[in-house]
Amino acid sequence: MASAAQRRIKAISYAKYGYMFIAPFFLVYCFFQIWPLIYTFILSFKGNQANNAAWVGMENYSTILFGKGSSAGAAATHAEFAKALGNTFVLWFGNFIPQILLSLLLAVWFTDAKVKLPGKGFFKIVMYMPNIITAASVAALYVNLFGDSKNYFINATLMHMGMEEPIKFVTDPTNSKIMVMFIQTWLWFGNTMIMLMSGIMGISPSLFEAADIDGANSTQQFFNITLPLLQPIMVYTLVTSMIGGLQMFDLPYLFHNGANFSKELETVAVYIYYNFNKGTVEQASYGYAGAASIIIFAITAVLGSITFYMNRDKDAIAKKKQRKKAEKQMKAKMKQGGLTI
Amino acid sequence: MSMKEQYGQQKDSYHAKIMAKSIAIMVVCIILTLICLVPIYILIVNATHSNQELVENPSQFFFGGSLKDNLNTLTSKLPDDASKHLRAVARQYSSAFSIGKGYLNSLIIAGFSTVLTVFFSAMTAYGLTIYDFKLSGAAYTFIIAVMMIPVQVSSAGFVRFMYTLGLVNSFIPLIVPAIAAPAVIFFMVSYMKSSFPAEIVEASRIDGCGELRTFITIALPMMKPAIAVQAIFAFVANWNNYYTQNMILKNEKYATVPIMVSKVLAFDKNTDQGVNFLCISLSILPIVVVYFILSKFIIAGVALGGVKE
Repeated sequence: MASAAQRRIKAISYAKYGYMFIAPFFLVYCFFQIWPLIYTFILSFKGNQANNAAWVGMENYSTILFGKGSSAGAAATHAEFAKALGNTFVLWFGNFIPQILLSLLLAVWFTDAKVKLPGKGFFKIVMYMPNIITAASVAALYVNLFGDSKNYFINATLMHMGMEEPIKFVTDPTNSKIMVMFIQTWLWFGNTMIMLMSGIMGISPSLFEAADIDGANSTQQFFNITLPLLQPIMVYTLVTSMIGGLQMFDLPYLFHNGANFSKELETVAVYIYYNFNKGTVEQASYGYAGAASIIIFAITAVLGSITFYMNRDKDAIAKKKQRKKAEKQMKAKMKQGGLTI
Repeated sequence: MSMKEQYGQQKDSYHAKIMAKSIAIMVVCIILTLICLVPIYILIVNATHSNQELVENPSQFFFGGSLKDNLNTLTSKLPDDASKHLRAVARQYSSAFSIGKGYLNSLIIAGFSTVLTVFFSAMTAYGLTIYDFKLSGAAYTFIIAVMMIPVQVSSAGFVRFMYTLGLVNSFIPLIVPAIAAPAVIFFMVSYMKSSFPAEIVEASRIDGCGELRTFITIALPMMKPAIAVQAIFAFVANWNNYYTQNMILKNEKYATVPIMVSKVLAFDKNTDQGVNFLCISLSILPIVVVYFILSKFIIAGVALGGVKE
């Protein structure tokens, strides 16, 4: 039986404490995230540079998306944004495919009970390491190793080995893209591998044992057990990586020689940053930056809702429905009996 | 052929197959390990060579003896007979890459952000799981929904807003927003749901303990494992955050480590290869050292994040 004190405590409503505990999060989030987001939205309907304060409606969107608009450089602005969007997808695709294949292969190997691999812990630690290094430093490191001329490590070493001409790793449009894809893969494959490993380890070992007894080889096991059961985590990895790809900034922005970023590596994030940093604070191109931001936001929202929909907890939803039904029935009964809670 | 012989043979070939596979995997893993470590090794090797050595032969594989000279150039501690050129080099590097100041600024930002992130995220998660209130479901759904919004999306408005408030060149826009970390809250809610006994809160109420005190003295210590994991990730993320820092901190006085690295990268005259590599080495040193100390713990944390759905 509950004591008097316990009953008294049960009778107190603690709801207000719930609101108090979550209040700081919501206050700060609204102030530093929601309002800036709304403000970005407003800015996307306003002019650029000297025309900063004027309301221009949808013009920024039509300029960057279709090249239509009253400003002189409308076509060029559109071309730049289209190129940035294209670069973003090329760079994302080019690092995601090798990254997921490599990570999946390693994750399957590392979780295979039959394979004897000494130093598994060490390999995991080393392969995850690039992920924690500052991306700005990684960009600087690779620029200084892969510089265009024979004065840099990689080209000098290759030329010692007999290569005739130095390879332009940094300034060549194609090579620099491949470099960014490679570095991005270098940074992220360890992280993806560990995530996929924990997914594979969540699969019941009895499934693999049963398949073994039935004579399935590793390839068959991979395609018929591992891959289908890994699907939720794969979708999650895919979408987080796509959203991460849309944000790609540090590497493409810093992988260059000299003072200005490389137009060949300009991603949407770089485009946004460049536009709201152009000239003085009052004269920056907030309109274009805002419109590009909102376009990215829309893409993210679509991607996000796909994962949200695919990963929703079906059991919990069913239970919730059942509970609500039961509650309704209870209430109806109580009304009939004239009872109050 | 006897039964034993037959099965023995099959067993042998099975073992041989597994052996071959293990060796192949080992080779691939060693190659990947080299790909991960060699750039870092070459970076450190090059930081110990003088500019002249690196210009004559950029392909250096072994440690040189100029680390101290490079450090002196970087900190502008030159001998009296230093050449005019060396003085210009030293002036350029020491003004853009003042490492003590960079470490301090990065440490202030990452340290305070981490404390705020884990404390307030734990608090929000606690509020959402312990208390039963009308909007708790809606609040949680909101947190999950906004979890994936990239920072870039609101940054144009953010910067302009910070200019209006006069908060540019201030650490406030880099530290205070850390209070609101949806992904960390999500992690902590899952942690609390799986391993936090809610009865303990009731017990503490019976003993007359206030709600906030219950949270701080009883719940927080019990959430230590989750807090530790998230603290490491929050620290690393804030230390490495070039984007927001570069957006807000325009004054050289407030430059953080990533900003300093990007400045060194932009030099186009009076460059010194050795000092360049030294700067990059110094910028990654603290985080790599901390990583190798806490690595097992970090790997376990990444794996936890992977099973969060």
